[in-house]
Amino acid sequence: MSGRTPLAVAAPTAQHHGLATALFAVVVLITLAITLWAGRRTRAAEDFYTGGRTFSPLQNGFAVSGDYLSAASFLGVTGLIALYGYDGLLYTIGFLVAWLVVLMLVAELVRNAGRYTLADVLAVRMRERPVRAAAGTAGMAVSLLYLVAQMVGAGSLVSLLLGTADGPARSWTIVGVGALMVLYVTVGGMRATTWIQIVKAVLLLCGTALLTVLVLVRFRGDPGELMRAAARGSGVGTAYLEPGLKYGLGLVNRLDFISLGLALVLGTAGLPHILARFYTVPTARAARRSAVWSIGLVGCFYLMTIVLGLGAAAIVGSAAVQADNPSGNTAVPLLALDLGGGADSTGGLVLFAVISAVAFATILAVVAGLTLASSVSFAHDIYARALRRSDERPVTERQELSAARGAAVVVGALAIALSLFAQKLNVASLVGLAFAVAASANLPTLLYALFWRRFTTRGTVWALWGGLLSALVLVVFSPVVSGSPGSIVTAVDFHWFPLENPGLVSIPFGFLAGWLGTLTSRTPADPDRYAELEVRALTGTGAV
Amino acid sequence: MNRPLSQQDPAAPAEPAGGFDWWGGTAPAERPAPHPAPAEVYRAVQRSEAFQRIRRAHRGFVLPMSALFLGWYVAFLVAATTAPELMRQQVAGPLNLAWLLGLLQFASTFVITWLYGRNARAKRDRAALGLRWDTQDQLR
Repeated sequence: MSGRTPLAVAAPTAQHHGLATALFAVVVLITLAITLWAGRRTRAAEDFYTGGRTFSPLQNGFAVSGDYLSAASFLGVTGLIALYGYDGLLYTIGFLVAWLVVLMLVAELVRNAGRYTLADVLAVRMRERPVRAAAGTAGMAVSLLYLVAQMVGAGSLVSLLLGTADGPARSWTIVGVGALMVLYVTVGGMRATTWIQIVKAVLLLCGTALLTVLVLVRFRGDPGELMRAAARGSGVGTAYLEPGLKYGLGLVNRLDFISLGLALVLGTAGLPHILARFYTVPTARAARRSAVWSIGLVGCFYLMTIVLGLGAAAIVGSAAVQADNPSGNTAVPLLALDLGGGADSTGGLVLFAVISAVAFATILAVVAGLTLASSVSFAHDIYARALRRSDERPVTERQELSAARGAAVVVGALAIALSLFAQKLNVASLVGLAFAVAASANLPTLLYALFWRRFTTRGTVWALWGGLLSALVLVVFSPVVSGSPGSIVTAVDFHWFPLENPGLVSIPFGFLAGWLGTLTSRTPADPDRYAELEVRALTGTGAV
Repeated sequence: MNRPLSQQDPAAPAEPAGGFDWWGGTAPAERPAPHPAPAEVYRAVQRSEAFQRIRRAHRGFVLPMSALFLGWYVAFLVAATTAPELMRQQVAGPLNLAWLLGLLQFASTFVITWLYGRNARAKRDRAALGLRWDTQDQLR
């Protein structure tokens, strides 16, 4: 089945286009209705940043998985499994195991000690302004990189739908997605964002489950037969089922694999939009229960993506997936088209349109969460605290909220501009970069602050800036940006760092910087304030 | 920043009703007149046996378990990259050792999640809640 109609798949009919566009419009209308409804109930900062902290663990569990299961997972990871088999599986494992760090080391403690952002936790025991400036910047950088990845996913999806690889349609989609996400956030705040996540998570899990069942039915419920067929469809035989297809070409390549693996597992706990989710529930215990829910949902989802990736290799064929999109971002919609009966059947078109609409909903929901997280980082940490001297009048809540809404517009515009340059990159590897920055800057700081008595303000600032800058600099001089056929800049080659993912170097560097900063501090850590953080984090004293 | 955030913001919501009743029932009728500084309260709570038990229950589970699962995950990554011969070994049908270990990562994640939740419910939740109201009471 592997060689079937790759070109027919890539050149859809007008009907194809019409149905999917109609479903996209339905998704947009539903999300806008949620936004307007929630917007009327969003007045105080508490509503805008946390949705009033009234969500239940089950609701938040769905919302967290909605925030986490992005286009990178649905489109990117399945594409990587379809193309590279076992090496694509690494992503699913890294993305899931990462949740243990969130669950055990972060969720409850951050919920107890913080208010809206990661910097709130740090500010309990550190000097506020330098720490807020660094943490706010790192938060914005991570969210922005993650946003670019999602919008690249939106671009791939729409160009598949319209059958055009480039051109104005793709760019206009990115602009449209950007405008929508700004609207969700500025009007609806966290309450709208959370409900959009919940709706999207349900849609995504149902869509994935439907496709999984169809794939398994096709292979008579026999996973062994599915794996054998995927190996045949991949064109490389049993090597498809073994490690090394993407990451087995020499030492550098293997180190890249380990680097990515570390970034995935340590990055999740430092993602601002995930941390912000734990503030939408009333207590730390509810935060833990929402993390447990989301581990269950995320785990089931990734088990299903493995089936979908294998199914795409077996049914569509790796060559056809790659012909449509070089990095495999469109494997799932292509699989849906084939499972429904092919490009010229009604079933195929309907399933294709439904799955594309689910992917579109996924992208819209995640970009809303990311835009919110970065605008909160800006307004709450940078604008209202870091840029304000202690002798100045504090910013009012109303001013802070206007700044957050303004920041959402700016972040949206920036993300649109950046993603127009990153169209060729695989969505999942782009997300890998965002994870690397989060793991290098945010995670070391957070763990030191929560668990290390002697950690100082200088250590915090060094860890944040050191982790952030080392990760960004290494990305700029990596093959992602220049010097390889798939990089952003092809005209000049200025890369000297061999790995695509900087995690292997920048994560230890972040930890080292925090340690060195602490050792060289002139003023030692304040034991009173560590006592306050520890008591508050573990008991919930004074938590809002 | 030495005071709890809830006291800094007049817009912060009141304590949940259930918690308030509980606190009202056990609070001493007369509080000592001179309030201790918040820093002293936090230091005293931090030194208390009740808090140390909660802290031990948390760290005693979380730190070794994190070392365990991170070690197992890194070992899996290193094996996948440096020992392809080993990972290629067939286990059952098309399933080789690499796939088996990968699926075991899923299984171990689910098991550790369940163990953590059980540990927290049994050893920390009740004590932490009691200490929370106690400490807030002293801070008033």
